[in-house]
Amino acid sequence: MFIWKLLLKNALRHRVRTLLTLLGLMVAVCAFGFLRTVVDAWYAGVEASSSTRLIVRSATSLTVPLPLAYAERLRAVDGLTTVSWSNWFGGIYQNERNFFPQFAVDPVSYLALYPEYKVSEADRIAWQRDRRGVIVGRKLATKFGWSVGDTIALRGTIYSGTWSFTLRGIYEGAQANVDENQMLMQWAYINESAKARNARRGDFVGVYVVGINDPNNAAVISQRIDAQFKNSLAETLTETEKAFQLGFVAMSEAILVALQAVSGIVILIIMAVMANTMTMTARERLAEYATLKALGFSPGFVVRLLFGESLLIALAGGLLAVAITVPLAAAFQQFAGSLFPSFRVTEETMLLQLAAALVIGMVAAAWPAWKMSRIDIVSGLRHVA
Amino acid sequence: MHAVPLTYIARNLWVRRVTTALTAAGMALVVYVFATVLMMSEGIRSTLVATGQADNVMVLRKGAGAEINSGISRDQAAVLQTLPGLALGATGQPQLSKEPVVLNNLPKRSNGKASNVTMRGTSDTGLALRPQVRISQGRMFRPGSSEVIAGGAIARGFEGVQLGASLRFGGRDWQVVGIFDAGGSGFDSEIWADSEQLMAAFRRSNYSSVVMKLADSDSFDTLNKLIDQDPRLLLEAKREQRFYAEQSEALANFISILGTALAVIFSIGAVVGATITMFGSVASRIGEIGTLRALGFRRGAVLIAFLGEALLLSLVGGVLGLLAATVMQKVNVSTTNFATFSELAFQFTLTPSIVGQSLLFALGMGVVGGFIPAWRASRMQIVDCLRAA
Repeated sequence: MFIWKLLLKNALRHRVRTLLTLLGLMVAVCAFGFLRTVVDAWYAGVEASSSTRLIVRSATSLTVPLPLAYAERLRAVDGLTTVSWSNWFGGIYQNERNFFPQFAVDPVSYLALYPEYKVSEADRIAWQRDRRGVIVGRKLATKFGWSVGDTIALRGTIYSGTWSFTLRGIYEGAQANVDENQMLMQWAYINESAKARNARRGDFVGVYVVGINDPNNAAVISQRIDAQFKNSLAETLTETEKAFQLGFVAMSEAILVALQAVSGIVILIIMAVMANTMTMTARERLAEYATLKALGFSPGFVVRLLFGESLLIALAGGLLAVAITVPLAAAFQQFAGSLFPSFRVTEETMLLQLAAALVIGMVAAAWPAWKMSRIDIVSGLRHVA
Repeated sequence: MHAVPLTYIARNLWVRRVTTALTAAGMALVVYVFATVLMMSEGIRSTLVATGQADNVMVLRKGAGAEINSGISRDQAAVLQTLPGLALGATGQPQLSKEPVVLNNLPKRSNGKASNVTMRGTSDTGLALRPQVRISQGRMFRPGSSEVIAGGAIARGFEGVQLGASLRFGGRDWQVVGIFDAGGSGFDSEIWADSEQLMAAFRRSNYSSVVMKLADSDSFDTLNKLIDQDPRLLLEAKREQRFYAEQSEALANFISILGTALAVIFSIGAVVGATITMFGSVASRIGEIGTLRALGFRRGAVLIAFLGEALLLSLVGGVLGLLAATVMQKVNVSTTNFATFSELAFQFTLTPSIVGQSLLFALGMGVVGGFIPAWRASRMQIVDCLRAA
């Protein structure tokens, strides 16, 4: 069709300019997609939560521990299927930069509550039998090159001193968004050592993780649990796992809002650049547009030409950007490893990238197109660019 | 060598106003992001550094890293009290405060979501050890009572923490009897209560940290050695300023690295815009370039003229971006500090160094964007230029 050929030829008249604009568009739309993926990755923990798990923590804050005695009382609560617990260990492996989460858990009940951590039967039994044993996720094992049977030394910050553990198993996530960057150790071993050092610090739990029979009863059961421990030494706050994970996301809310604002700013930047390109292009071709109008083409045709060229470049840039965002995200995941449990570019992000490219194309051409459609033929033909 | 007049360069920008405005706007946005990120990082650092006094020393358990991970028993605290070299107060008592730290989860005013707030158990001595803190409303809590005083940022940013309000935690109600102003330091984001009452409410037997004042600021090394060599104490001492500087490191570094990386990526877009503009500028003035060369201006002068135009353009963008960034100084931000796991309120802080860095960044973008077009302009043959005009 004539108009497509015209648009393409027009776009390639100034090869350098078009190429530069494409480059700018690619970088900007790719950055936009990348930032959105970073924000999505922050919510990965929320996405991986199960609606059949509740977290019970101290009402004061997450850093105040709960007594072990609560476990028995929790088991008696109506609606709970499994009761487990976990303590944040907070150890350092070699140096602070090798951060990964470590939890001291009750092995049998914890794995029952997290069926998405797939570990072989033999490894599971080996772990449960060895008090100094740990299991780690696949991604963590790959990052540090650990294999079953290795000794792993951690420097404790909450539980001070140097701790030595034996790797007994490696778990894999059942779905893509399961966190494979964790280490699970035995609560009994940590508790025993903590008690030996200071009897008062023994028999305390960080959070209780409980399984419920029916997700619809989550709110009712949460209130039942909190009512049990009201007016006691350690009052509790029970929430769904999703709400618990959202609490963590909310702590960095200022940063997330900033990232989202910045991804909008990058679109504005490239919009200014592209509007500049289209304005310069339109101004140079003023005489041509006047000629077209003199020949009888409608003002609408001129508008379509400008919009068409702008959208063509924008779409090309957008498609290229989507094409490089995916390998870039994969490369970043390799590099950042344990920082984000899952770093995937979602379909929604890719669609938004294309939409952003199209919006940029439309807005950039808006003012030049409007201006050019209203030119006076005579002064246009007379114009020297 | 005669240089092309500056007025010629400047007027060229004015003649193509729309193009100049759009390119400068793109650059301004990039500089705005760059400057804002640096201001955020600087704000965190300066808030936490202002928290420390030059002659105060913080003592924590060895390897703890943060106050919430640290535990000092009453015996160990008693030993610390007998150390030589401590400043003495008005009553002849050593200036030393034993402080338990607890995190309390309170809802923020801005979004209703809960965030951890540092609650510090202290005393009148503790208040004296921090001269930058003054009670701006109400009064100090009475020792032995369930009264608290709240930092200004907490009273502003969190629900239910204003003067006269009542907080519930540790099984009892606590009255907010005063609001204090900590001069923009980290203490503004804390709530203070009586240390013994706080320990009792949470059934604790250990303090989190001990703060003490040196009689002579240079005697820190002697004190440090004494604490290190004492077998009863498994503690480490740090100057208060260094301790708080370390607390800010992780977060400030994270923000500045992330933000600078973003600014550099965005600058590619702005540089592309500058290049396009300069190519267009050169293309529309081929006749003038030929005329200038025919008049006797050398290639170098033409190169400098066009480079100068690009620099002027980027300078305009840079100044606009900086102006937009200075507006951010009015904004109050708060986030959770990774190191302490609790809320830290800070402000965007603009320093002369940041102004300098931002302008250099803008000029850098101008040079990178404008160099190739300027080079092309200077390499043109006079005859071709005059013919093409």
